Amino acid sequence: MKKLINAPDDVVADALEGLAAAHPSLAVDLEARVVRRAEGPRPGKVGLISGGGSGHEPLHAGFVGLGMLDAACPGEVFTSPVPDQMLAAARAVQGGAGVLQIVKNYTGDVLNFQMAAQLAADEGIEVASVLVNDDVAVEDSLYTAGRRGTGATVFVEKIAGALAEQGAGLAAVAAVAEQVNAASRSFGIALGPATVPAAGRPGFELDGTEIEVGVGIHGEPGRRRGQIAPAAELVETALEAIDTDLPLDGNVLVMVNGMGGTPLIELYIAYREVARLLAAKGVTIARNLVGNYVTSLEMPGFSLTVCKLTDQFTELWDAPVQTPALRWGR
Amino acid sequence: MDTDFFRAWITRVAKAIEADRARLTELDAAIGDGDHGTNLDRGFAAVLRVLDTTAPSTPSTVLSLTGTTLISKVGGASGPLYGTAFRRAGNALPDAPEIDLRDLAAALEAAVAAVRKLGAARDGDKTMVDALAPAAAALSRAAEEGAALPDAVDAAVAAAEAGAQATVGMQASKGRASYLGPRSVGHLDPGAASTVLILTALRDTARAAAESE
Repeated sequence: MKKLINAPDDVVADALEGLAAAHPSLAVDLEARVVRRAEGPRPGKVGLISGGGSGHEPLHAGFVGLGMLDAACPGEVFTSPVPDQMLAAARAVQGGAGVLQIVKNYTGDVLNFQMAAQLAADEGIEVASVLVNDDVAVEDSLYTAGRRGTGATVFVEKIAGALAEQGAGLAAVAAVAEQVNAASRSFGIALGPATVPAAGRPGFELDGTEIEVGVGIHGEPGRRRGQIAPAAELVETALEAIDTDLPLDGNVLVMVNGMGGTPLIELYIAYREVARLLAAKGVTIARNLVGNYVTSLEMPGFSLTVCKLTDQFTELWDAPVQTPALRWGR
Repeated sequence: MDTDFFRAWITRVAKAIEADRARLTELDAAIGDGDHGTNLDRGFAAVLRVLDTTAPSTPSTVLSLTGTTLISKVGGASGPLYGTAFRRAGNALPDAPEIDLRDLAAALEAAVAAVRKLGAARDGDKTMVDALAPAAAALSRAAEEGAALPDAVDAAVAAAEAGAQATVGMQASKGRASYLGPRSVGHLDPGAASTVLILTALRDTARAAAESE
């Protein structure tokens, strides 16, 4: 294993110290493992918290700031955070208008956030939770833990964050978060594995020309093992899986996301193909993101996320955002 | 079984998990995300520190503290599941300095019920329930039949081992292994494997206690 780290056990702590040093807009509590806005909660604003295993940077801590999250709880690499972290985050961000937990659908995340919500409620903090489950690669939700939460998390955090910033109540912010999740679908393809520092070796193995079609953000297997093919074909596979599940029309928001080990030049090739294919379907890409937003350590590959936009979603997407990883407006 | 017995059990669990950390992680890497050994080891190391500093005075509080600490330190799915199991087991025990086999059996049954509820896992889903549930049933049976503690715990470990072994042939439908579908068949479930370790530590503690009497 060759990694730019000091020691496998120190990866998360060292990265958080670096994050704090790089971004004075963030307050990083290394003891509680909570990253929050430096200025603290705004009275009357719904607090948005999210979290999950580390290794998906900039998700979630990179999305803490004006117009998006109020706090993030980073767990160990690819391991959900613990309830104490979410409780500490809820206490730190609540401005009297309640707290929304944005939870990616993985068994560990769901259980830990559930326990945290109970603890926060016991302290009189009003908590609502939204589950993000946009990964269409999981076909059989009945006999699995259900669809995984992936790229749509960025859309949910941005759009719900904008609404919260405008002063909407907890129920309205939770509702828009649910709606964004319901209007979004993702599909990922890995060209190779990633290595969790503590494990020391790759999470799965692919032969020379093999790819994992429908991979999850921790390297979970997808629909099938396939063979490497031109970008046009890989993107078409991803887009067709999405379009079959949620027929696309009108205006959409598209994210071509790098998994950590794919150069931007290749992501733009992928975006070229998405743009071409959607134009042929008469679908308009009204907004887009191309880059590394939900990574899986150094995994080579990409995911495609599409959200069917409403006027409200577009307006909230365009609202100002000032976070380490997304910033526009103002 | 007194407070010292329970402290000795949890200490043995921590040692067993530490010794088998690599094997548990290996099992998890095959069908999960390869962190089960690391996470449980971190959790039980924290439990030992907490037991040292707080000196709980009853078996019930030993288990409750163990559960609370696991929930705080482990993360993933195993933190809430094992944490809740130990907490519920602790809550089910009478608030007394010494408990008997029937109390222990009832506590283990309470742990199974809590894990089933929290994880929504049924028998045959290829989870820790497949080892824990038969063990609890065996312990209850032995307690009803008036078995001696070491024999009763022997039966529970045998049932857990058989249950864990049976997970090899099962297809996972809970947790991260479920995404493998049929590809999950042929692998021992890491949660069932760690459950066997925990119960084996209980058996060894019971044997050591019987020998010293």
